[in-house]
Amino acid sequence: MTGIAVRGVAKDFAGTRALDGIDLDIRPGELLALLGPSGSGKTTLLRSIAGLEPLTAGTIHFGGEDATGLRVQDRKAGFVFQHYALFRHMTVAENIAYGLTVRPRAERPARHEILRRVEDLLDLVQLPGIGKRFPGQLSGGQRQRVALARALAVEPRVLLLDEPFGALDAQVRKDLRRWLRDIHQRTGHTTVFVTHDQEEAVELADRVAILNRGRVEQVGSPDEVLDHPANAFVAGFVGQAVRLDVTVAEGRVRADAIELGAAPAGIPDGAASLFLRTGDIAVVRSGGTTSGVVTAITRSAASRRLEIRLSDDLPAVEAEVSLDQQVARGERVALTIRADRLFPATR
Amino acid sequence: MTALALPTREWLRPKPSALPGFGLTLGFALSYLALIVLIPLAVLVWRASGLGLSGLWTVATTPRVRAALETSFYLSFAAALVNAFFGLVIAWILTRYRFPGRTVLDAMVDLPFALPTAVAGIALAAIYASNGWVGSIVEAVTGLKIAFTPRGIFVALVFIGLPFVVRTVQPVLMDLDREVEEASATLGASRLQTVLRVILPALVPAVLTGFALAFARAVGEYGSVIFIAGNMPFISEIAPLLIIVQLEEFNYTGATAIATVMLSISFLSLLAINLIQSWSRRRFGDV
Repeated sequence: MTGIAVRGVAKDFAGTRALDGIDLDIRPGELLALLGPSGSGKTTLLRSIAGLEPLTAGTIHFGGEDATGLRVQDRKAGFVFQHYALFRHMTVAENIAYGLTVRPRAERPARHEILRRVEDLLDLVQLPGIGKRFPGQLSGGQRQRVALARALAVEPRVLLLDEPFGALDAQVRKDLRRWLRDIHQRTGHTTVFVTHDQEEAVELADRVAILNRGRVEQVGSPDEVLDHPANAFVAGFVGQAVRLDVTVAEGRVRADAIELGAAPAGIPDGAASLFLRTGDIAVVRSGGTTSGVVTAITRSAASRRLEIRLSDDLPAVEAEVSLDQQVARGERVALTIRADRLFPATR
Repeated sequence: MTALALPTREWLRPKPSALPGFGLTLGFALSYLALIVLIPLAVLVWRASGLGLSGLWTVATTPRVRAALETSFYLSFAAALVNAFFGLVIAWILTRYRFPGRTVLDAMVDLPFALPTAVAGIALAAIYASNGWVGSIVEAVTGLKIAFTPRGIFVALVFIGLPFVVRTVQPVLMDLDREVEEASATLGASRLQTVLRVILPALVPAVLTGFALAFARAVGEYGSVIFIAGNMPFISEIAPLLIIVQLEEFNYTGATAIATVMLSISFLSLLAINLIQSWSRRRFGDV
C-alpha cells in the first residue's frame, strides 16, 4: 500500500491561483474525501496527484518516491472520471483490458491471463457476464463500475476518483457508495475521491479534507470535522448549518437583540458567526432560552422538521421534533439553543 | 452528416409520437428529392434506354470510353484517399493547436469550394507545368511531368476534394472528449497508442463520410481537370469530358449512355461506402 504526500503544491491557471500551497498526507490504505464547493480546487488537486496537471510549485510523493516529475503514464495512479470516459468503440472487456494490452510486449500478461483478470474484475464490480457489451448499452451506474474495473486492472498504486457518483441519480448513488466502501475494504487501495456532497464524504471516507479557495481548511475524521470544525468555513460547509450573525457580550450570545444562549468559553466579545444545525435547537414545553414562530413543517420518515423564525430579520433555522410532538404552523414555540459552533467574525 | 438512411421494417408504421410531422416531412422530402434528383436522373436513364442494356454495354466497353471511365474512377479514388489522410491531419492541427494564423488557415480550407473550378484548373496547370514553379522543380528532381498527364488530373482532384474531409472531421474532433484521452494516459498508454487506439477509431465514421463526399465530387469534377489534364484520349481523358465531346458531336444517346454508366458506378460506390459507414457507426460509437 502506498501513501501520498503532497507538499506545498500550487497551481496557476492563466494567472488565477487554483491551488495555493496545499500540504496533505494521505495514509496508506485509507479512503480520503476531498470535499469543497465548486472552484475550491479539489478536482485540480486530484488531477495534479494523477499527473494530469503540471504543478506550478510543490512536490508529490508516492510512498517515499518522488512522483512530481513522473509522466501520467508512469505514475500508476488509477483515475475514474465523473463522466466515466469509457472507450465507446470497445466492448466492456476490451475497456477493462486496455491498460494491460497497451503494455510493452515483455510486460504484457498472456492473453488468457488478461481474459481471466477481466472476468475477475467484472465479478468484483458485480457485473459478471457483460464483457461483450458496449458502453452505450449500459446504465450510468454500470458504466461507472466498468470505469472502476478498468482503473483497477492495471493494479494502480493509488486510486483517484473525480466525483464518481456526480452524474448518477440518488438511489444509484447511494448503492454505489456502499459498494465502493466494500471494494475499498476488499482491495485496500489508497483511495482519494472528490465530492461536493458533504453527506457522501462523511458517509464514505475514513478522513475528509475540506478545501476552499485552493487551500486545505481542515483534515480529519468525519467525527472531527462535524463535531469540531476548525473554522467558520468548515462549520458552514458541513453539517447543513444555518449561519446567524451574532454578537457576544458577557458570555451571552445575542442576535438582533434576541438572546440565544450562553457562549462557549474562549470566544472574545464582539461580532461572531453562529452555525446552527437541527440538533442544536430543541423545542421545549416551557422555559427555554428563547422562542420562535413555526413557519413550515416538513415530514421525513422518522421525524418532523420545523422551520422556525426567531425574528423577522433573521434567517429561518431548522429543528427536528419527534412524530408524537404536536406542533402547528404559525405556533410560537419555546426553544433552547446550543451555541457551540461559534466563531469570531473575520474581517 | 449524409448517411443514407437504410430502410428498416418499422418505417412503414411509425410509432405514434408526441412530435408529429413524420407524414408531412416525408412527403415533402420525397417530392423535393423527386423534383431535384430523381426526375432528372430518370430522364437520363430513359434517354439512354433507347440503346438497351446491350447497347449500353457496347458503349461502356468501347476502348476510349473504358479508358476514360477508369481514369476518372481510379484517380478519384486515389485523390479521395490522399484527402482522407491529409484532411485528417489538417483538421487535427486546426482543432488541437492554437497558433498565429490559425483562423486564416481555417478559412483557406474552404477556398476550393469558393473558387470557380476553371480558375483553379488554370492556376494549377500554370504552376504544375514543366515551366511552372512547382512543376519545374518536380521535373528536375524526379523527371516526372505533372501537368497534362494523369498526375495533373490527380492534383486537381485532390485540390477540389480537400475541404470535404477537413470539414466533416473537424467538428467530430472538436467534440471528442478530452477525458477519454486522459483515461488512456492514466492507464499507461503512450501518446501514439492513445491516438491509434482511442482517437482514430472515434473518427472513422467522419473520415469515411468525408472520403465519400470527396470521391463523389472528384468523379463529377470537370472544370478544373480539363485545363490541367491535357485531355489525350486513352491517357488523360476523364469521363465527364468524353460526355461533353459526345454532346458537341450531337451524339446525345452516346453521351447519356456514358452518363448512365458513370451514374451506376457512382451510386454503387457511394452505397458501398454508406454501408461501411453505418457498420462503423454501430461499431465505433455514435452511441
